[in-house]
Amino acid sequence: MHEYSIVQALLARVGEEARRHGATAVRRVRISIGELAGVEIELLRTAYETFRERTPCAQAPLEVNRIEARWECSDCGRALERGGLLRCPECAKPGRLARGDEIVLDQLELEVA
Amino acid sequence: MCETCGCGDPEIVSVDLHERILAGNERTARHNRRHFAERSVVAVNLMGSPGSGKTALLEATARRLMGRRLGAVAGDLATERDAERLRAAGIPSRPITTGSACHLDAAMVHRALHDFPWRELDYLFIENVGNLVCPAVYDLGQEANVVALSVTEGEDKPLKYPVMFRGADLVLLTKMDLLPHLPGVSLAAIQDALAHVMPRLALLPVSASTGAGLDLWLAWLEARRSARRAASPDPGDAGLR
Repeated sequence: MHEYSIVQALLARVGEEARRHGATAVRRVRISIGELAGVEIELLRTAYETFRERTPCAQAPLEVNRIEARWECSDCGRALERGGLLRCPECAKPGRLARGDEIVLDQLELEVA
Repeated sequence: MCETCGCGDPEIVSVDLHERILAGNERTARHNRRHFAERSVVAVNLMGSPGSGKTALLEATARRLMGRRLGAVAGDLATERDAERLRAAGIPSRPITTGSACHLDAAMVHRALHDFPWRELDYLFIENVGNLVCPAVYDLGQEANVVALSVTEGEDKPLKYPVMFRGADLVLLTKMDLLPHLPGVSLAAIQDALAHVMPRLALLPVSASTGAGLDLWLAWLEARRSARRAASPDPGDAGLR
């Protein structure tokens, strides 16, 4: 249930940004979560619903962009097959995760008086 | 107020951030890592399921790693039992009681080290909360992630918990002495499952109770220590060599 601590970090950061811009409310929060980030998106949404009351995010929908994992060869860059061995079939070098571990705050929409 | 047309609606401002949500934890982790490097302390984040044998492994390590200074901080939800066991095995230990938190974060480790004599250690073991999910997400400032996976957990754990094994530098396959009693579990199948989730496969089969395989684990630790000391020699030690 580390989703709760991720949401707390998110709300703290959004609050900071809202104050910095003198915003009266947050209209929308956009985040990206990678498939291999170790974050359960449904749990994250539940945590967000629970914690956003009485914060500037109280009325702000959370938009989650889920990013599919992509492994590629650490040497030649060739994409590795999903669910396959994490070793390049060509050069036998280990794979590296090119994307899919994101836990990222992308964008906010703020209401400024 | 929207001043362009005077409609009375509030103005909407879009702010692009593209920043990691756990950036605060990552900053504290970097701070911890710098401290460990300055003192040439090898910090190992030991993770694994509840009952995978993390504490038993450290007890067995302490029995064999003579002449090295070991210390531990042990995360536990509700008790201080792990830290007590480690102290009884001769490893100075400090408990981190996390309450309901399912993982350690960099700030908890940092606070625990404030009143713990970690600077003189060769190895600091950070025994994480027993859990194959949450601890994988938090950088603590460790030099290496080691995951204890016991043979009794079955062959498919790496496939079920890919995030934990993706971030592991070493997997210790524990309780190997029980393998003969588990007809459905094969070492090759565990290895194959790991090869699908851990790009630089590193697996050591060990048994804390018979001692099998522990020499390779100790050699792995000692190689880390040598590399660490070559990278940042501890000036406080110069007179001793």
